[in-house]
Amino acid sequence: MSSIQSSVPLNYLNCQRGFMSWALTLDHKRIGVMYLVSIMASLALGGLFAMLIRTELIAPGETIVKEDTYNQFFTLHGAIMIFLFILPGIPAALGNFILPIMLGAKDVAFPRLNLASYYLWLVGAVFFLVALVTGGLDTGWTLYVPYAFQTDTRVLTAGLGAFILGFSSIFTGINFIATVHTMRPPGMTWMKMPLFLWALYATAIIQVLATPVLGITLLLLVGELVLGLGIFDPAKGGDPILFQHFFWFYSHPAVYIMILPAMGIMSEVIPTFSRKHIFGYKFIAASSVAIAFLGFLVWGHHMFVSSQSVMAGTIFSLLTFSVSIPSAIKVFNWLATMYKGSIALDTPMLYALAFLLLFGIGGLTGLFLATLAADVHLHDTYFVVAHFHYTMMGGTLIAFLAGLHYWWPKITGRMYSEFWGRLAALGVFIGFNLTFFPQFVMGSRGMPRRYHDFPDKFAIFHFLSSLGAFLTGLAMLVALAYLLHSLFRGRRAPANPWGSATLEWQCGSPPPKENFTDPPRVGDPYDYDDLKYDAENECFVPMNVSP
Amino acid sequence: MIGQMGSGLAQVVVPALVGQSSTGSFWLPPPDSVASWAVDNAFHFVMYVSYFFFALILSLVVLFVFKYRRRPGVEAVKTVKSSLALEATWSLIPLGLTIVMFYLGFVGYVELRSPPDRAYEISVLARKWSWQFTYPDGTIDNNLHVPVGEPVRLVMTSDDVIHSLSIPAFRVKMDVVPGRYTRTWFQGKEVGAYDLYCTEYCGTGHSDMLASVVVHEPEDFQAWLKAAGDVLGNNPPAKAGEILFRRHGCGSCHSTDGTPRVGPSLKGIVGQTHTFTDGSSAAVDENYIRQSVLEPGAKVRQGFRNQMPTYKGRLNDQEITAIIQYIKSLN
Repeated sequence: MSSIQSSVPLNYLNCQRGFMSWALTLDHKRIGVMYLVSIMASLALGGLFAMLIRTELIAPGETIVKEDTYNQFFTLHGAIMIFLFILPGIPAALGNFILPIMLGAKDVAFPRLNLASYYLWLVGAVFFLVALVTGGLDTGWTLYVPYAFQTDTRVLTAGLGAFILGFSSIFTGINFIATVHTMRPPGMTWMKMPLFLWALYATAIIQVLATPVLGITLLLLVGELVLGLGIFDPAKGGDPILFQHFFWFYSHPAVYIMILPAMGIMSEVIPTFSRKHIFGYKFIAASSVAIAFLGFLVWGHHMFVSSQSVMAGTIFSLLTFSVSIPSAIKVFNWLATMYKGSIALDTPMLYALAFLLLFGIGGLTGLFLATLAADVHLHDTYFVVAHFHYTMMGGTLIAFLAGLHYWWPKITGRMYSEFWGRLAALGVFIGFNLTFFPQFVMGSRGMPRRYHDFPDKFAIFHFLSSLGAFLTGLAMLVALAYLLHSLFRGRRAPANPWGSATLEWQCGSPPPKENFTDPPRVGDPYDYDDLKYDAENECFVPMNVSP
Repeated sequence: MIGQMGSGLAQVVVPALVGQSSTGSFWLPPPDSVASWAVDNAFHFVMYVSYFFFALILSLVVLFVFKYRRRPGVEAVKTVKSSLALEATWSLIPLGLTIVMFYLGFVGYVELRSPPDRAYEISVLARKWSWQFTYPDGTIDNNLHVPVGEPVRLVMTSDDVIHSLSIPAFRVKMDVVPGRYTRTWFQGKEVGAYDLYCTEYCGTGHSDMLASVVVHEPEDFQAWLKAAGDVLGNNPPAKAGEILFRRHGCGSCHSTDGTPRVGPSLKGIVGQTHTFTDGSSAAVDENYIRQSVLEPGAKVRQGFRNQMPTYKGRLNDQEITAIIQYIKSLN
């Protein structure tokens, strides 16, 4: 025992032990790890509901459950995945861990606020679980009224849960904005900041500006449920379309809370594994901010057939197309980064390549939905389901997996099995496409979403989609297995296994409690010239420092 | 005016460019309404642009991964770190293409939202979980019957929650909102039957909230309307009851073959003794059925939840009598 401890230098994991050293920690790394474990548990729960949905839909008619149970499955799948996994996923888990180290800092600007945001998340998650076990929720994650007033499931509990989760998100946002503004090290100007930080910064702005509107909306919903205010309920003279405006005023910017950090991970992984300077740094950074800004102006594209006026629909369509340009700029810059590089197909890079293709499809199919006339036909069909899964799962979840594999050695101090990593990445890629591509076909042929049963002409597409979902689920289990295995049996990770030039790779893996014992050398985060491969230790070392 | 010129342009030029056919494509059902072009042109234009860009991304990824794969002794080649010309190219070309997409979508949207002045008007009432179509002469039906070649305007509202009326073959979709009227229109090109779906999630029976759109020859439509008008006069009571049962959407929740659905099946219930959620029980007779139609919450069978709207004011006494005769005939 003592021999093992003496061989491992003191780090943030082994410097203090015991439950309280975690529960009351102010260390951003430990908070990040607690977030990581929590959101991955949420991912597993949301994934379980996805498997149940696809099992019910494997054949027409009732397969395993009745309508009411199925309606709960898709509602809980959506609500858990969005509020508990994707929204906090990259910023609060990976961002919390990485952001201060990338800045060469000891911690975030407000460590106590950081811990508070985790506990708010936990309380919000408890509300969701209470709603789940005391009667569930069957409104769809969108909580559209007046259905939400008429169902006898737990709208109030889940609504309060989402309200609390909103504050967790705001706290993280405030913290990241303050940290990026005040804690950059000497030499790291805004234009020398890693692009992951630009992405987190743009995300934080949306979190702080948009999430209060979700809070207001949910408070009004609760007020209506408890006090019968009559703002949204047509039976009391309210306007149900007003609720949709309120809801999407938050929930559309929220999809950029989900995708921007994912794009930030791409901007780190692609240059590292291509060993080439990022192409078009300023354009990628500016496009993150542009997306954050324009994302506030497009919410009405969810409502083209809601009875919103033709004029409003026209303006929202035009504004929606404007968001596609910064996204296109990013994709082309990443491709240009790979040009003439030295491309290694390690697991993080495989996920990054999968992101380029899947987010490519997700983005292009978004154009159909931004096009007014085409959206009339496609709205609320499986085409929309496929589109947002290509962006949110093919985009954000795949990027999360890229980031998780990329920073896993840094977070845990262990290397996972590269063979199993690549195999699982391939399984996720194939399974994902098999799940969601057939949904484009049936959607454009008219298959409505949120259906418990369907006509026989759509049966083959649903069958393929279910097979794909099971394959994806299996590949994710494989990933879980080798990652857990690596914690106990994995090779000890070197400081810089991939040859990255950002600051977090200058400290040990895992980092010491204070992150850096010596101040890190701040340089160009995408200049790989000074790093050479050390074959003996399977890692990269700086040229000017003896190993 | 500009809209008209635009729609003329979009109607003629774009089909020629995108090779639109009258039999539909791999993606879209056959365009069976005169305004289908409004959706199809926009869809196909975006589709070809998407094919091109996806092929471009895919081939660059494959090419780069193969050509620039990491090999011992081969270093990455330094290229420029930024290029305004390149950034401008891949910003401005997509920008131009999206402006065309916006324009096609806008022109089509205006067409889909602007019914012709002289359209045949049908009122639509959506409720959990059936459709009720009311014709100018007062006839009602649960399926949508229309004459071919005549524009039809639907004026829609909902009794309970938001529903959405979708007819994929006609590229029609519009939400049906309680407390306000929404409108949409279409004009069938071919005689036939088409699927109509509810596409806004509305609870338990959402996926059963289906109907048929039946497009008739004009004279057949008039004959249908005439026959459908006086149900009680044209049919024996049990037969009239069956028609009313179907038209009022009772079958969405109550099967007639013994399978329980959202509500209990009605097969063979007359004469049975039912136990209710409050523990009491009663024999099924005419008065029990009448009460269940007018006050659905009064007696709720064990194992079910009351989700039924009242039919007070929707069905008169003779109609209820006919429906009772029909239910009796299921024994």
